[in-house]
Parts: sequence; C-alpha cells; structure tokens
Amino acid sequence: MTETGYNFAYLDEATKRMIRRAILKAVAIPGHQVPFGGREMPLPYGWGTGGIQVTASLIGRDDVLKVIDQGADDTTNAVSIRRFFARVAGVATTERTAAATIIQTRHRIPETPLREGQILVYQVPMPEPLFRLEPRVAETRRLHALADYGLMQVKLYEDIARLGHVGLSYNYPVMVNHRYLMSPSPIPAFDNPKMHRMPALQVFGAGREKRIYAVPPYTAVHSLDFEDHPFRPIRADARCALCGSDASYLDEVVTDDAGGRLFVCSDTDYCGERQARQRRGEAA
Amino acid sequence: MTLSPGFADPVAEAQQSFRAILAALSRPGRVQSLGAGLRPPAPLLPAAAAVLLTLADADTPLWHDAGAAADAWLRFHCGSPAAGRPGEARLVLACGAPPPLSELDAGSDEAPEDSATLLVQVAGLAEGSGWRLTGPGIAQEHRLLVEGLPSWFPAAWEAQRRGFPRGVDVLLCAGTRIAALPRGIALGQG
Amino acid sequence: MYVAVKGGERAISHAHAWLAALRRGEAAVPELELAQIREQLGLAVDRVMAEGACHDPDLAALAIKQACGDLIEAAFLLRAYRTTLPRFGASLPLDTARMRLWRRVSATYKDLPGGQLLGPTFDYTHRLLDFSLAAPGAPPPAPAEEACAAAAAAPRVSDLLADEGLMQPEPRAESEPPDLTRQPLACPAARPLRLQALARGDEGFLLALGYSTQRGYGNAHPFVGEIRQGAVAVEFTPPELGFPVQIGEITVTECQMVNQFLGSRTEPPQFTRGYGLVFGRGERKAMAMALVDRALRAGELGEEVTAPAQDQEFVLYHADNVEATGFVEHLKLPHHVDFQSELENLRGIRAAAQAAAATLPEAAE
Repeated sequence: MTETGYNFAYLDEATKRMIRRAILKAVAIPGHQVPFGGREMPLPYGWGTGGIQVTASLIGRDDVLKVIDQGADDTTNAVSIRRFFARVAGVATTERTAAATIIQTRHRIPETPLREGQILVYQVPMPEPLFRLEPRVAETRRLHALADYGLMQVKLYEDIARLGHVGLSYNYPVMVNHRYLMSPSPIPAFDNPKMHRMPALQVFGAGREKRIYAVPPYTAVHSLDFEDHPFRPIRADARCALCGSDASYLDEVVTDDAGGRLFVCSDTDYCGERQARQRRGEAA
Repeated sequence: MTLSPGFADPVAEAQQSFRAILAALSRPGRVQSLGAGLRPPAPLLPAAAAVLLTLADADTPLWHDAGAAADAWLRFHCGSPAAGRPGEARLVLACGAPPPLSELDAGSDEAPEDSATLLVQVAGLAEGSGWRLTGPGIAQEHRLLVEGLPSWFPAAWEAQRRGFPRGVDVLLCAGTRIAALPRGIALGQG
Repeated sequence: MYVAVKGGERAISHAHAWLAALRRGEAAVPELELAQIREQLGLAVDRVMAEGACHDPDLAALAIKQACGDLIEAAFLLRAYRTTLPRFGASLPLDTARMRLWRRVSATYKDLPGGQLLGPTFDYTHRLLDFSLAAPGAPPPAPAEEACAAAAAAPRVSDLLADEGLMQPEPRAESEPPDLTRQPLACPAARPLRLQALARGDEGFLLALGYSTQRGYGNAHPFVGEIRQGAVAVEFTPPELGFPVQIGEITVTECQMVNQFLGSRTEPPQFTRGYGLVFGRGERKAMAMALVDRALRAGELGEEVTAPAQDQEFVLYHADNVEATGFVEHLKLPHHVDFQSELENLRGIRAAAQAAAATLPEAAE
C-alpha cells in the first residue's frame, strides 16, 4: 500500500518529467552536471534528497530497491530512505545487491560487481569536483566548458611535492570518457576503479545543489593521476573479522580504550553472503 | 472529432516508457519496446507517441511535421507550446525527412543539456548489422541497421560530433520500437 | 559489538516516540491549540510562512507545534508540504499602493500625503519584561478607531520621488519572471530571481548581511523611504473568465530603501531603490532584504563589487536556511567510510615521515 494523499513515489508527474529529461541529457553527456529544478523533499537537504528524487523518477512497481549508507543496509539513514520508498511507492526492497534493480547509495559502491540492467543511484553532497579550488559556480561552469582542469592538476601535483603522494583518500576526482572532470561523490578512493566500464548505469543526484549527472554503462572513468605517481586505492591492511575477506573495504571498529581494534567489511550484504557460504561449507 | 486516449495508466506507463528510453540512451543502438497500447493518429506511431507522452509538457516547445490530427492529439495529451521553427524547439518530431541537425538547438558549451532531442520515425530498426556504433554505453560495438534515414545523416552526425559536448540527441522510432543515438556516439560504417 | 548506527529500524521508532513525548511536555499543562499559536505567536507564524514560502497561517501554526517551536524546522515542514501542491496558475502582481494600511512609516519626510501611521509595533516600547503577562488576564481593549483609520490616499514614497524624476524607474519585465521553485538558481541571476531568493531567505542571514552594508562592507547610504504594512488583495485571472477576480487578502510588509546613486555615463544622478517584501509583519526581514537587494545591484549599477553582501553567488547560494540547515546537519550522519580512508592515509604519511627521519644522518639533528 502506498501512503494516500501523495502520488506514486511522492513526486508529482510534472516534476518526474522534468527530472527524467535531466537524467536523459545527463546520460547523453557523460560526467556533465545537468542543473534541474530540484524540489523540497520531506527529508533534509544533505541527507539524500538528490538521490531520492532520481530514484523516485526511475522507480516502477516492478523494481526491487536496495538502499545503503556507508555500505550497510541497516544504517539509520538507509533505513529511513528505504522506509520512505516502501511507504510512498510500495515497492519491494532487498538487502541483496544481486537481487536489486535500483541501488541507492551514500558513500560506497557495493563489493559485488554490478551487472547490466541495474542502476546505481548516488547521493551527492557537492557535485562540483572543483569547489574547494574554485567556489564560484559560474566560474566552474566555464572551466568545464573549456575542459580546463589545470586547477586540479596543480592541486594534485602540490600534494605530491609536499606529501609524496596525492592527499585525497575519498571523493577522489575522476575523468569521465576523457572529457569531464567529475566528483564520484564521497566514496572512498578504494571504490573508484569499480566505476570504470561498470556494466550498470550510474546516476548521481545532488538535491541541494540541484544537479544530476550520469555515467552510462561501459564508460571510461579514470582517477586523476600522474605517470610517476599512479592512482592507488587505500584500504586498511587487514582481514574482515567476520568473513575473513582480504579484498573488501573495511570499517575499523574500536573495541576498548586500550588501543584494541578490529576490522569488518563495510558492505554488510557482501560480508553476510560470504559468512552464509562459509556456514554451508562452500568456498567463500 | 474524438481523440484516441493517451496512456491508460499514466503514472505506470510513463515510468515504463521512461525506462525504455533511458535503456535506449544508456545502451545506444540496442532496440527497446514501448507504447504498445497506444493508437495515435497517423502518421504518428506508438513509440514516438509514447516518448512524447513521457517527456513533453508545457516546458518543452515542440516542433513536428505530423499534421493537424496528430497536432490536436499532442496538444491535448502533452500541452507543449508549438515552436515556430525546429531551431526553437526542445523536442523535434520528424515523421518525414528530419530537418538538418545543424538547424536544431545544440545547446552551448556551458549548458550542452539545453539541446534539442530529435525523434525520427524511421521505417525499420534492426540489431546485428548496419552501423558499428562505439562510445559510452557500448562495451565493444553495437550494430544497428536503420531503414529510412536520409543519406545525409551520417555525414551530418559526424559534423555534429566535432562540436561535442554541444549536440542533438536522436531517438529513432519505428512502430513500437526505439533506439537512441546520444551525441557522443560514433557511427562506424558497416 | 559495535552497533552505533546498526539496528536502525528500532532506533528510529524509539527516537521518534521520545520526541513526541517531549513535544507534548508535562501532561498536566494544557496542550497548545493551533488557534493559540496562530493568534498569540503571530510573528513566529509570519516568519514560518515567509521562509516556508507558503501563505497559510493555520498550516504554519501546525508546523510550529510539530517542530516544538523550532522555526527553521517549521519552515522546512511547510516547504515540503508546499512542493506537493498543484499549481493552478500565477496571481497578478500585488499592488501595494492599494494596501489597506495598518502601519506606514517614512524616514525621509516629516509628513506626507496619507500621513505617518505608527500601527502595531515594538518601536518605542521599553524592553522591560511585563510580569503582568505571566498570568492570564483580561484581553486588552481594541485599538482606538483613529489609530487604525488609514487615509484613503497614501501614495508610495517611491512614487512621489519618481514623479519628480528622482527615482530610477524599474524596467517592466517583458517576459514572465523565472520561478525559483521550478528552475535552479544560476548566476548572474536577474533581479526577479534574486528577490524571490531573498523573500524566502533566512532572516538572520539577511539581517547580518544588511547590517554589514551599514558598516562599510558595501557602499550603502540607505534611507527608509517607506515601510508599509497591511492587507493587499490577491487577484487571479482564470483563463475561462479572462478578467481578474480577487481570491483573497494577505498581510504583507513592504520596505523601500532609498539610496544615493551618483550616476553613470548613461544615467543621471538619481535615487535607486532597495526593495523588500515579506509575508506578514516581518518588518526586520523586509528591511534587511531591502538593504541586501540594493547591495546586490552593485554590478548592474556599475559599482565596484567588494563586499560579501554585493556578491550574488555568496548571498543567493547561502540565504536559504532549509538548504543550509540540511547540509550543516548532515555532518552528523555517519561518515566512517571516508574517515577510514583518511585514517589510513594519515597513518601512511606519518609512517613515511618517521621512516625518512630515522634514516637522516645524525649531523642533521
């Protein structure tokens, strides 16, 4: 049952049409930020309103929705957004990456590789990759038009000169299809390589900044780097305490006040599936 | 005169049509189906009609060559303002020969999303032969055979590609089938 | 085991139940009625309507009650409701010259046609706590007849100046103004869009910016040409009728600041206008808005843009408190995935630095 008094998926049809047109243009110009008439949503700006508007414009009764925050399905904001769609769209939800047709995420890309036909919707706080270097929106639009990304190259070069390597560990900027500099949203740099030639469609929604952008399937996405300082994803050098994975992205959990800590998978579905397989005696 | 209906279930069918259009643009050259239940007035065919029911409204000036009956149908169901020239339209529907790409709004370098989307009703669409499409959305290459496009189209398309990110996106519609050519796609000859 | 952000479903329902109990407060105290909020906290209702960009005193009162008196939260509730409302069309521009006045103050003329009308104001009250209000009492007597008898003709001060050719005329828009609630803001923004953003902008932010223009951050020399407050008719032309009909009346406060302008190559010296208009009796907001509106015109008037209040992007992108509160408060959402990357990054940098220090020759010490 959907909540009475609101249209299917909350947004009215005219708003959905406007967002759908923006999504189509975003897909046609990979990595380019398309302004859209973002609406006030019943959740606060910065809490996923862009992703929610994108998902609301995509979702249909046959979809199966997964929502994650920090890689986990049971974080409070993921629960809140999943409940919102169950309430206003009555769609099926899942925690299984493989079973989902639409996955809305904040800060992670699932460990399980996505496949053709799936859509990954990112919640984006700041769509502009250059904003720390140039806060003026009108100026960054000009820089994108000229594909002038010298500011970012200089910043990365200065990091290397000062620190020996690039100082960014998340929200690490990428070039999409060799043309547009794009913010991957605040995912850890560890996740960046998953964006490259991903079989699933990736759509990014920034509600407060009112921008939508996209990466079509099988599109080149390169993390910015230099020949002598290649991009390196960062991951804690440890195994998951629950499933033993040495390849997944890990959360560090402080266990006491004497320096004790352990590491567990950030992706709760990936970790749970591995543990289930281990219990069944299958090779993990 | 009575108008044939639009979508029987406007919310659900607009969503399904949108996903078909999105799939077409995300996977250029792959053929999708939509609009099966529609009976728009000739020469308008179901796929193009479904695209317009899904995307057109008062915010999208529309130019078309589909004649009076289709015009009345589109006005009633979409309510788009009529564009005086193709170059002033956000959505352009060509049932006959499409207007030259260079006359349509290609957007600007700062706002390439302001460009027109061109719907062309063609005689046929088939995967597996024809053009060798490459670009975003395509793992290796997609082959697409289009029947009924004017012979100038490939050269005009290549000319437009040189202006990227400016450019018109094209939706090819045949009956209830649709395939898309987003502006960044290269049309290798078969 | 670590569960701070897990088990979200139960945590959320517990938190919301607790909030509901706190909202109600001590059960022995009678519950607030919406009419009480609407009638007795009218300025809070006005602020919520202005920043919520929706004129409905009853819904604003409900939002205030639901938000436990947090006016930004209440404005947010009203905005989220407003965005779901169907649009029937646009009303005609309000004609504030025909306002049924309750209050009308000009700082530029000692007296003027229509006169000065003090109206209901905190001005000239002594800010001494009135302990008699601590207990219920008999309602105060109705205001005297002559206090609220507005003169029939009270032309706007800006019109008086314009008649003399001293006030820069505002160009009439050729086309429909853009709608901030339907199209995203883009800078440079034309004045209609700027005024829309300021009208729904945060009172505190605009107050501080307006104040900054008085202290030298921006070259402002403002006079309050006029503040007028009262009821104006809202008119709408139904397409099937083709002529305007009045659909209601709303209370607004308008402030027109008169500013010097030394002229430019194309324009003679004259006065220029800073304009403020808000729902209800939000006079402080209307005045701040008028100061900021004038400051934002620096570019188009050929003045040097040097101060924050003159900077379109700075002002317009940060004026909306619903956007601002969401983004500031989102920092409390879990960010541990990114923080983990930063931890590993920092540990790596420190390890490399320590290794480098260890291999330095002793002479370096």
